[in-house]
Amino acid sequence: MTDVASPTTTRKDWASDQEVRWCPGCGDYSILTAVQLLMPELGARREDTVFISGIGCSSRFPYYMNTYGVHSIHGRAPALATGLATARPDLHVWVITGDGDALSIGGNHLLHALRRNVNITIVLFNNQIYGLTKGQYSPTSETGKVTKSTPFGSLDFPYNPVSLALGAEASFVARTHDMDRKHMTETLRRAYEHRGAALVEIYQNCNVFNDGAFEAITSKDNRPSMLIPLEQAKPVRFGPDGAKGVVMDRNGSAAIVDVADVGEEALLVHDEGRPDPSTAFALSRLASGPHTPTPIGVFRSVERADYGSQVQDQLVAAAARKGPGDLAALLKSGTTWTVGA
Amino acid sequence: MIRFAGDSGDGMQLAGDRFTASSAIFGNDLSTLPDYPAEIRAPAGTVAGVSAFQIHISDHDIFTPGDHPNVLVAMNPAALKAHLPDLEAGAAILLNSDAFDDRALQKAGYASDPRADDSLKPFKVYEVPMTSLTMEAVKPSGTKARDAERSKNFFALGLVSWMYSRPVEPTLEWVAKRFAGNEMVQEANTLAFKAGWNFGETAEIFESAYQVKPASLPRGTYTNISGNTALAWGLVAAGQLAKLSVFLGTYPITPASDILHELSKHKNFGVRTFQAEDEIAGVSAALGASYGGALGVTTTSGPGLDLKTETIGLAISLELPLVVIDVQRGGPSTGLPTKTEQADLLQAVFGRHGEAPLPVLAPSTPGDCFYIAIEAARIALKYRTPVIVLSDGYLANGAEPWPIPDTASLPDLSAEFGFATEPNKTLPDGRQVFWPYLRDPETLARPWATPGTPGLMHRLGGLEKADGAGSVSYDPGNHELMVRLRAQKVAGIAKDVAPVSVDDPDGLGGADLLVLAWGSTYGAVQAGVKAVRSAGGRVAHAHLRHLNPFPANLGEVVRSYRRVLVPEVNLGQLRKLVRAEFLVDAQGLNKVNGLPFRRIDIQLAILAELEALAGQQNGSTARKEDK
Repeated sequence: MTDVASPTTTRKDWASDQEVRWCPGCGDYSILTAVQLLMPELGARREDTVFISGIGCSSRFPYYMNTYGVHSIHGRAPALATGLATARPDLHVWVITGDGDALSIGGNHLLHALRRNVNITIVLFNNQIYGLTKGQYSPTSETGKVTKSTPFGSLDFPYNPVSLALGAEASFVARTHDMDRKHMTETLRRAYEHRGAALVEIYQNCNVFNDGAFEAITSKDNRPSMLIPLEQAKPVRFGPDGAKGVVMDRNGSAAIVDVADVGEEALLVHDEGRPDPSTAFALSRLASGPHTPTPIGVFRSVERADYGSQVQDQLVAAAARKGPGDLAALLKSGTTWTVGA
Repeated sequence: MIRFAGDSGDGMQLAGDRFTASSAIFGNDLSTLPDYPAEIRAPAGTVAGVSAFQIHISDHDIFTPGDHPNVLVAMNPAALKAHLPDLEAGAAILLNSDAFDDRALQKAGYASDPRADDSLKPFKVYEVPMTSLTMEAVKPSGTKARDAERSKNFFALGLVSWMYSRPVEPTLEWVAKRFAGNEMVQEANTLAFKAGWNFGETAEIFESAYQVKPASLPRGTYTNISGNTALAWGLVAAGQLAKLSVFLGTYPITPASDILHELSKHKNFGVRTFQAEDEIAGVSAALGASYGGALGVTTTSGPGLDLKTETIGLAISLELPLVVIDVQRGGPSTGLPTKTEQADLLQAVFGRHGEAPLPVLAPSTPGDCFYIAIEAARIALKYRTPVIVLSDGYLANGAEPWPIPDTASLPDLSAEFGFATEPNKTLPDGRQVFWPYLRDPETLARPWATPGTPGLMHRLGGLEKADGAGSVSYDPGNHELMVRLRAQKVAGIAKDVAPVSVDDPDGLGGADLLVLAWGSTYGAVQAGVKAVRSAGGRVAHAHLRHLNPFPANLGEVVRSYRRVLVPEVNLGQLRKLVRAEFLVDAQGLNKVNGLPFRRIDIQLAILAELEALAGQQNGSTARKEDK
């Protein structure tokens, strides 16, 4: 009999023998630690776990996990992962990517993986900069950013990854940041438990090329007034003593108000399972950059059949309808004739 | 051979006549067979009232049987019913779908719509709403609806002219002259003709009849098979023979899409087909599936192969099986999507950054596509490498009678490879570990451990790997070693493929001239060689299916002949490889007009080479006599 009980593992079991080579002080370390600590808690199996990445600093991640892994090519991790998760619905496939990898060179694959609801857990390390190529602006960098490639300021309008994912029909979208292990771990746990495509944006500090990009909202002192925690079935409130809240205005936009002015009953009650993504989208538009109060947590989590399972169902249905494949019969399925006796 | 058939009022004779005229201008030999209805005033829409015109264009038809059209243009159900019995399986039917209403079907004596049952299954059916498209097209001429409909013969003519690359001008000039007194009709017919032509171009309607029919077929059970169907069936077979599920990751592209269409029907074989968001995603998903233990396949044509290049390089680095099928078409860029070419050979062999060798195969006939798919899978699985298969538009859409093989005679691919199940290395401290790049000493293939296998967790990637252990390595010596090992692995496949066979009645080196060819030129070269031989010429033919690495005996073969002629539908790509590899002064016969070689092209080139050789011989004899 096969032992199907969850294995007992420790963080050490999940760490590979490779030396971690990110810059000292990089936000990636805290994400790696969070994942390595989370895996034993989840009762996950190392052999059934695959990390697939593209190119960039974050994409070194698979080398540090004692699981199966592929460090692939720039932008294509969601495409490789789609093939793997579709051919092998039994595996848990993670995609590790960054703002350049996922949103610039690989933007197309990200959209389609989300739309198809491929069973993958996508962790998007957003540091708003190209780190590996040493400091060019990224698709999430703020307009006007002065970098090596934009000495007079970037002209590009940035993406909001959460808005983008919601627009791409993602069934699970969340945001967290690298300064709060507990929140990050809980968010990753929720993403792991979601069957289908899950996208977690992590605000991650690049202390070499974009230090302090998120400090205005993620530093310990600023968090209470600048982070808006989204909690299921609870009114959306934040600020010291919960003095601030979020309401939906008459135009369908989300707006920040003083709770004292509107009363608690007027606040938006967060429902991540709402089939219509409009409210989640409105929440994602509350902040246009990490300088004003910014929602974190699970924006959207809805159930939708995942791609690989549906492909599998079609195979099973075809075999039931036509019988298992018979090669000799296939070769004779057209018009045939015989030459000679 | 094309047959236009419709109601006697449909202008079929006119369409056929104009097509004949433009073909004659095009320089084709042709014979025509008008077929008027016996009853000139037979009731419209009935079988008795069908009028037809048949054209036999004999440019590249080598052994074409006399009476069977390759294409039937049927303007109504009666025309279809009258001419269907003359069609051979695999022929193309262009239907005017607007004319297939209940009343017309009834008049033609059809109890049910033939498009809905199996009666048209053996044919390639293109349903084109010719009446409504014509009426829409001629609107600007101001023609009344009733008259507008009468221009549909010109629509059909335009469509067929596109399919057979007939020049447009002669027909348009004729229309201008013929209807000089009636501008409205002149304009309507011109518009309808152009609309038909443009429909063919936009819908990428593709017709290429592969014509190699030996006088007598050997015994066996036959079916008509096109190159694309044969590739699809070959992939299904490869999955069965390897006991692996097939995963096709692809993106629609002319002329490769039919492989996707065919494979997507066979889910009961466990075949997964994935129509990706782009070419890159198609090949990347296939590689991801291979990593998971499937037989990953991608199909494409030139522009798609360009896009897949980086992922193919990754597959070379990861050393995972992957079958890449390139159905070549005219290039560069979008080029000629519906025309054939063999100009992707050097791209397949060399077209990646870095030292990135991979095996390249090419089928020689539509039926051979079945076996080449199995051979590609065998090499990919055994050596853990991407393999490129170079088919082309001519093979893809051409069909030939194919002797159906006994499935028991097909190779057992599952015996050619295995998955890793155990650690393969003992470290000095006694620990048992898995080294993903510890190679098989014989094949140099690395072990293939798939996710889900306990204890063998490992990380792969595009960064250079340490020999054996497979961790990231920037060591200069290691990189040189790995580059050489990957090259040796691919080069070593030469020992594992069939030697190239030489068709030379006088034995190897007996003839004066060797024709060395590859891919879809097979039929024309065989016919050309036979024609020369029947006139007493001594010429040998060798046809390559393995283009990288070359079969181990190829050097000996090319050095056994005084002269080597390499015909290709490109500017001399195989010739360049043969010269570089063997220092043999091979001569080229090259064309790139989007059309396959004709028997006569090959025949004349052989005769010219033989003449040149004879001249050399006489010259040297003369010099001797001088002494």
